[in-house]
Amino acid sequence: MYIRKERIDRGVKARTEDLFALASGWDLLYLLAPRLLPILVLLLLTVTVGPYWQKVLISTAVFALLAISWDFLVAAGMVSLGQALFFGMGAYLTGILNHYFHWPIWLTIPVSTVLGGALCTFILLPVLRLRGIYFSMITLVLPLMLVRIIEATKIFGGTEGISGLASYPGRWLELYLGLAAAWAALFAFRRLLNADYGLILKGISDNDRSVMSAGINIYWYKAQALFLAGSVGAFAGAFMTHSYMFVGMPVFALDYSILPIAAAVVGGMGTMAGPLLGAFILVPLSEVLRGLGGLRIVIYALSLTVFIVALPEGLFHYIQRKYQQFERKVKVDYE
Amino acid sequence: MSAPILTVARLAKRFGGVQAVDDISFLVQPGELLGIIGPNGSGKTTLVNLISGFIRPDSGTVRYRDREITGCMPYKISQLGLARTFQMVRPFYHLPAFKNMIIPLASPRVKQLSGGKYGDRDAVAKDLLEEVGFERDSAVINKPAGALPHGYLKRLELAKCLALRPDLIILDELFSGLSLAEVAGILPIIEKLKTEGKTILMIEHRLRELFRIADRVIVLNFGQKIADGRPEQVMQGDEVRKAYLGTEGEG
Repeated sequence: MYIRKERIDRGVKARTEDLFALASGWDLLYLLAPRLLPILVLLLLTVTVGPYWQKVLISTAVFALLAISWDFLVAAGMVSLGQALFFGMGAYLTGILNHYFHWPIWLTIPVSTVLGGALCTFILLPVLRLRGIYFSMITLVLPLMLVRIIEATKIFGGTEGISGLASYPGRWLELYLGLAAAWAALFAFRRLLNADYGLILKGISDNDRSVMSAGINIYWYKAQALFLAGSVGAFAGAFMTHSYMFVGMPVFALDYSILPIAAAVVGGMGTMAGPLLGAFILVPLSEVLRGLGGLRIVIYALSLTVFIVALPEGLFHYIQRKYQQFERKVKVDYE
Repeated sequence: MSAPILTVARLAKRFGGVQAVDDISFLVQPGELLGIIGPNGSGKTTLVNLISGFIRPDSGTVRYRDREITGCMPYKISQLGLARTFQMVRPFYHLPAFKNMIIPLASPRVKQLSGGKYGDRDAVAKDLLEEVGFERDSAVINKPAGALPHGYLKRLELAKCLALRPDLIILDELFSGLSLAEVAGILPIIEKLKTEGKTILMIEHRLRELFRIADRVIVLNFGQKIADGRPEQVMQGDEVRKAYLGTEGEG
């Protein structure tokens, strides 16, 4: 005789993808709470914490955007090790447009977002046919290569970078723009992946030859996914640049490639919400540990390891399961 | 006789030291059910991959109706109405069975054929699955494809192919790994497709079942075509017996 865990779905049929049959106000609350509560808590946080932690929140939103963009690409079968490419591209574009062309901030950010996404897609077009590790390696190398080009040719300020860029009219606008963007990306990507369009992307990740066999041009779809994810990454870069009022070689740093992946792994891949949650854990954690000096990285790495070993599925999947299912122990007889 | 729907001319492909397909030519007439048989490693699947665009030939041409499709991308070929199944089933493992159908139903060809509109894809998907033997509105069609038994996966593979409303269907060992009863369940579906006027190219190892429905059979051995004719004729040839039946003993 063994003890086994049995999982039972909760009453509300909330797991159907887009059909909600609501029986009562409680059902409505059950559905809305997980969507609204984080937003409410966050809004409360923004008005209670000081300017330092507000800056941390902004930085968190930036990494959340990169992590969501990464997760979306994975859903389409492309594992990017180079989110820094999108980030740096958006950052430099906005810097160039603002410094050399004196474009105002409300123009540089949207243009860098779209142009950055398009440029990244264009650069990656030749490797779109590569799958798995080959695609990943190229994305890893590209940002590191671009930074060397800037260093060697001394364009766009070279190693000095470009400083004195336009800043936001107010810190509240900056803060809410960042957070709103992260949430907009979250809801938009989740919605897209649940539509038929998302089915095709998931199909490509599952089995690209089969999608091709179904008469669908997978390279066109992959390019579109790349453009969307690239644009979100480029937005993060452009947004951050105006926050620092500076753009330089560090925007192509490995941090912007690796930390989003860590956030996605901690939070739970494949949900978009997981990576966002992961970013909201890892970035503040990294700030809290700042006081520890040299030991910071050690503790950071240790907690990352603990997270991954204890909850390999990711925090979001775990919470989601607890929220949607009862668990009980049942006795099972094997004869 | 009308113009051939598929013209394969002097097709060849070499992998390293192996001449997988060696100077193969044949025609397929509209409405014909052509079987392609041969021992393991005789180049059958390579031939399918060459026709459907997954592999580029070293030399030779493939024409679909009056259009050369040699070296075209697979999705372009599927769009023209030449659809195939895979011997190794290729479902979208994470998606429910009927969601698997949405992907071919979302292809430009289906949109074009239905006059610019996709219509109710879910209903069409269920119709098609029912056609290949899924129980309608059962739990099976909502299960992730990865959890389906092999027999269902083969049927799903066929349904995905039919979703494109193809004129020429290439079935790459559809019956492999299926029980006699399962094969008996799928045979009438293929016969029905044939009466509907579809042209079918079947790669098969199950000769007894194939010979019941095939109009013509081509036999391959070591990448070469060694026989071409009516099933009972082909099996009389000495070379075929030696190459195929002599060693395999099936028939």
